[in-house]
Amino acid sequence: MEEKEEKIVVKNLYKIFGKNPEKAIKALNEGKTKEQILSEQKQVVGVQDASFTVYKKEIFVLMGLSGSGKSTLQRLINRLHEPTSGEIIIDGKDITKLNKKELREFRRNHFCGMVFQNFAILPHRTVLGNVEFGLELQGVEKEKRREKAMKVIQQVGLKGNEDSYPDQLSGGMQQRVGLARGLTVDADIMIMDEAFSALDPLIRTQMQDELLELQNKLQKTILFVTHDLDEAFRLGDRIAIMKDGRIIQIGTAEEIVSKPANDYVKAFVENMDRASVLTAGSIMQPVKENAFPGDGPRTILRKIRKNGLTGILLIDTKRQLKGYIRATELAEYINKNKEKEKIPFDDSLIRDITSVNKDMPLNEVFNIYDEHKYGPIAVEDENNRVVGVIVKGSIIAALSESAEGINNNQ
Amino acid sequence: MFPFRIPIRDWISSAVDFLVSEFGAVFDGFSAFVYFLVDNLKDGMMALHPVILIVLIAALTWYMAGWKNSIFAVIGLLITENIGLWQAFVETLSLVLTAEILVMIVGLPIGIYAAKSDRFNSIIRPILDFMQTMPAFVYLIPAVMFFGLGLVPGVVATFVFALPPLIRLTNLGIRQVPKELIEAADAFGATEMQKLMKVQIPVAKVTIMAGVNQSIMLGLSMVVIAAMIGAGGLGEDVLRGIQRLQVGQGFEAGLVVVILAIILDRITAGFGQRKSPAGR
Repeated sequence: MEEKEEKIVVKNLYKIFGKNPEKAIKALNEGKTKEQILSEQKQVVGVQDASFTVYKKEIFVLMGLSGSGKSTLQRLINRLHEPTSGEIIIDGKDITKLNKKELREFRRNHFCGMVFQNFAILPHRTVLGNVEFGLELQGVEKEKRREKAMKVIQQVGLKGNEDSYPDQLSGGMQQRVGLARGLTVDADIMIMDEAFSALDPLIRTQMQDELLELQNKLQKTILFVTHDLDEAFRLGDRIAIMKDGRIIQIGTAEEIVSKPANDYVKAFVENMDRASVLTAGSIMQPVKENAFPGDGPRTILRKIRKNGLTGILLIDTKRQLKGYIRATELAEYINKNKEKEKIPFDDSLIRDITSVNKDMPLNEVFNIYDEHKYGPIAVEDENNRVVGVIVKGSIIAALSESAEGINNNQ
Repeated sequence: MFPFRIPIRDWISSAVDFLVSEFGAVFDGFSAFVYFLVDNLKDGMMALHPVILIVLIAALTWYMAGWKNSIFAVIGLLITENIGLWQAFVETLSLVLTAEILVMIVGLPIGIYAAKSDRFNSIIRPILDFMQTMPAFVYLIPAVMFFGLGLVPGVVATFVFALPPLIRLTNLGIRQVPKELIEAADAFGATEMQKLMKVQIPVAKVTIMAGVNQSIMLGLSMVVIAAMIGAGGLGEDVLRGIQRLQVGQGFEAGLVVVILAIILDRITAGFGQRKSPAGR
């Protein structure tokens, strides 16, 4: 997120389904609503006046309820739907002007295909056959595409299943195939349409985590469509909320929660006000394991690994917070200083992390967390003794749990 | 009721006359091609010792439809040989296979195109209805006029009768390919041809094979009728049985038609179900 390079720029994009789209656009400009146009002209407004920018390497989420035009907008970006008017500029090129052949070429070079809610993988092909599909279309020779496909199969955790057929796999595994099929292609825009919505909640969360982890490594530009606010907040670097074919607000999760653009967004977020009732203490997790100042570096690393953490709190025997050690830095340190048995107490290894009182309201915790990118937040009691930790996931989960009500009511 | 009569019969007759006189050479050429196919197929199979052909058919049945059907095929074919209908059996088989080859050459492209173009589909639908409901005997007259008597008009009449189900089911199968699979192929930049060969046809294969199966079955039902214009084969024996009121002879020939129908049905149905090599 440091350098923001424009990847996809959409300007005043319209999509009208009907025989006389100009008439519908004119009516829209005169202030008529989607419903009016449907009843007066029998034309459906898919997307109206959408303008936004997606930056390189970010996950941009289009979020809206069904019929909000999010899937239509997404299909306009790779021109599975033809735009009625407007511009779509990808890597500096307006793709609305490409002819059929140029478009095909452009899709091959710029899009990692698409990932679908119902997977849309080919039933008559093995996992391997599906994963190499994109390269096969490009005419890449067999040896080469095999090799590439196997690498990606390994990355997404499908190793050992490459000869299975889709009907032998669970939903989660099938979606991994869908994901791998996209990642195999040498392109950097990934389009995901409700990719995890058909999976059961546990698997869905797991797949979201895996996607974030892959994204960390692969750094694609991802356009993700979902109707699920929880998912939007978990995955999205930025989120566009849509209603009636129109984008009503674009921003980070924090921006949308703290400054909703209108009543509709507010209604989504309003239930989150329960967040002010929740406190840091109510969502914290107990400290599973912590490091003591006397521990050797290898002991600390072992403690981290054993609990599957990315870092560990350094707490002294009086339960006072001394800092936070990140696993990657510690491992690097051990590699460089094989002989030392003690860790040095300086900034290179011991990070400062934020600590909050366990009675702090959740929305304040949320605001603090925003400026603080790494590590958890330590939760302390009145005597400044560490009683628990809060990770980003649990804040968002708690916030969106209260928002779930509105998702179901609409 | 009317002072005049619509001269449908005159139209049709003069249209056929016109085609015969103007395009005779075309029909002759086509006739030669069909005769080449069916005659070579027949001679080829007759050249083999019956036991060898039985073993080949049994092996194919085993591969496609399992050992039970294979045993049935062996018993059925041995009975055929035993009651002296082997040559008629081979003639009928080659007639049906030739007609089916023609059906596939013509039917698959038409079916695929019908799936791609709603307009074309709406044009051929009434034609297919017409072809399927018109009594099969009616095809015999123009077939004779165009191709004379013998095997070739038999093949052609069978072809016309057996064509519709393959077109219909090919059309249906391709239309039923999930929209997302097409979108996925498009999103990866597939050409129309790649989409057809790598997605639509393989996914529609089960339905298309059901069409092949149906058209073979219809073709077999045409066999007896085609014997009336000298197509020979089992139909001729059935016909002779009818004409001379020899119930036993007619029944024997009918029985062999049934045996052939069952073997061909199991083989083609098996092909449709083998789509998932996972072996569900």
